[in-house]
Amino acid sequence: MSTATAVDERVNKASPLTRLMRRPEIGALMGALVVYVFFAVADQTGTFFSLDGTARWTDVASTYGIIAIAVALLMIGGEFDLSSGVMIGSSGLFAGLLMTEYNIGVWPSIFLTFLFAAAIGFTNGWLVVTTGLPSFIVTLAMFFSLRGINLGVTKLLTDTVRVAGIAELPDGSPRPGYESAKAVFASDFSAYSFRIAVVWWLVLTVLATLVLTRTRFGNWIFAVGGDSNAARNVGVPVRRTKIMLFMYVSMSSCLVGIISLMRLKSMQAGQGVTQEFIFIIAAVVGGCLLTGGYGSAIGGTIGAAIIGMAFIGIAYAQWNTDWTWLFLGLILFVAVLTNSLIRRRFQGARK
Amino acid sequence: MTETSSHEPAALALENVGKRFGSVIALSDVSMSVPKNQVTCVLGDNGAGKSTLIKILSGVHTPSDGQMYVNGEPTTFGSPREALDMGIATVFQDLATVPLMAVWRNFYLGNEPTRGFWPFKGLRTKYAKESCKAELAEMGIDIRDTEQPVGTLSGGERQAVSIARAVHFGANVLILDEPTSALGVKQSGVVLKHIRNAADAGVSVVFITHNPHHAYLVGDNFYLLNRGQMMAEYTKENVSREELVKAMAGGAELDALAHELGATG
Repeated sequence: MSTATAVDERVNKASPLTRLMRRPEIGALMGALVVYVFFAVADQTGTFFSLDGTARWTDVASTYGIIAIAVALLMIGGEFDLSSGVMIGSSGLFAGLLMTEYNIGVWPSIFLTFLFAAAIGFTNGWLVVTTGLPSFIVTLAMFFSLRGINLGVTKLLTDTVRVAGIAELPDGSPRPGYESAKAVFASDFSAYSFRIAVVWWLVLTVLATLVLTRTRFGNWIFAVGGDSNAARNVGVPVRRTKIMLFMYVSMSSCLVGIISLMRLKSMQAGQGVTQEFIFIIAAVVGGCLLTGGYGSAIGGTIGAAIIGMAFIGIAYAQWNTDWTWLFLGLILFVAVLTNSLIRRRFQGARK
Repeated sequence: MTETSSHEPAALALENVGKRFGSVIALSDVSMSVPKNQVTCVLGDNGAGKSTLIKILSGVHTPSDGQMYVNGEPTTFGSPREALDMGIATVFQDLATVPLMAVWRNFYLGNEPTRGFWPFKGLRTKYAKESCKAELAEMGIDIRDTEQPVGTLSGGERQAVSIARAVHFGANVLILDEPTSALGVKQSGVVLKHIRNAADAGVSVVFITHNPHHAYLVGDNFYLLNRGQMMAEYTKENVSREELVKAMAGGAELDALAHELGATG
């Protein structure tokens, strides 16, 4: 903090390079380029660089990215959500059980599932702002609760640990509405089999970026994460902002849950568990501060892209995929180190 | 409006106000008035009840006894928002700005200029940046780049931005909580200048401080708060800086201290 500087000492005019380097996601963008070149060179199959390979890694990245963007916004708002992974399973099971056990139509089931996800997000947010407990604890409790409910309810209703038979009715005829829902959530397009999830991912990146940088709500997200007392003092609805962010995260997980359900035509009770940290890694690699108040939506997207490239790149390099997690660990550390160095170098007083 | 007559009701007034928290009496029988377009200083040492007084004036607490008046009308605030809506803005010492956010984003926080209609309602970012710079320049604050985070400003600049913001958003009464206590000499001077400017621009200022030197430089009226009670009331004409310092420090006690230090030193 430069409290000792006199007021007439001005800041130097920032050069275009400095301005660029001030962007929160710049470290991740450079990292993504390095990772891309690295796997393009290490590739043994000659497909990583091709459109086929691109379709593969963007597919992995898209389902991580859709949630990572939401997690990034929540993190900018100063909170965590550890239930974001298990919510994928909860939503998929919820929709699947509505369809198979209660014979509710595909589209009404999807609609109800989004309402369910919104309610879970609301509960997370409401508990955090009302109890004042750390969101880490509140959403960890939600994580375990949902994990238990997923398994318990699925076993209770189906006597197995999965919900299957989404595409067909019990008599073997196609389930009405499944094809149209599959077209929206799980279709392929172009000769290279790009998945529709990639479109969802990119559209949500653009939307989240616009909301964050070009709306009042976006301004409030930065404010509640940066200093919620100051925000409250100038009239920002802190509680509402945080609750809406939690709802956005849950509904993103729900979207991925529906995408998975439409793709796999079934859902395991354990689906999505352990992925919550991948979203957080993506957001942090993308330049979000763990302490809140700083970051970008596109950072989460770039972080997810890096993770997608790593998963697919390691397979294409024909290395043992057991090493993927080691690679992710190293990427996380190096990315955060680079981000903090860049911040210190180009922003001086920023914490 | 700039001329103050004795018939004009005070912008803000307290009459025999008290505040109790359980068995603790934080304030008792406090009366004061904040004349329009003047700087009213409330002086008090730590634990004198300054924070409680601010919280009553800004709507955070409601008084247990007594009555508050805004423009001569009896008023009770239920929340800080109600006080804000009546044009009473409070700048809290360290809680006024978000350090990681750009200056312009901080300036308009809570009052963002938007255009369009939902869901295409967007921030007018270009307008916000330009008008923020212009508004700050008008207050005599020259910020090179409104994109820089507030955390990179000096403490004085940050206070100045908060004050400018409160004035810009239509504050008739500006309550400042120890705006100079964490600042160096030069920066305090800058903030004091802004306080005077705000009063000259038609704002009634309540300046809460424990520094009688700062208070004397800009104040028109002075109240001395001690142990939850109003001990004394002065106007600039009938008090000298020395008297104010002495009253603030407990008069005779200070003499004794000076004597003691002189003897041992």
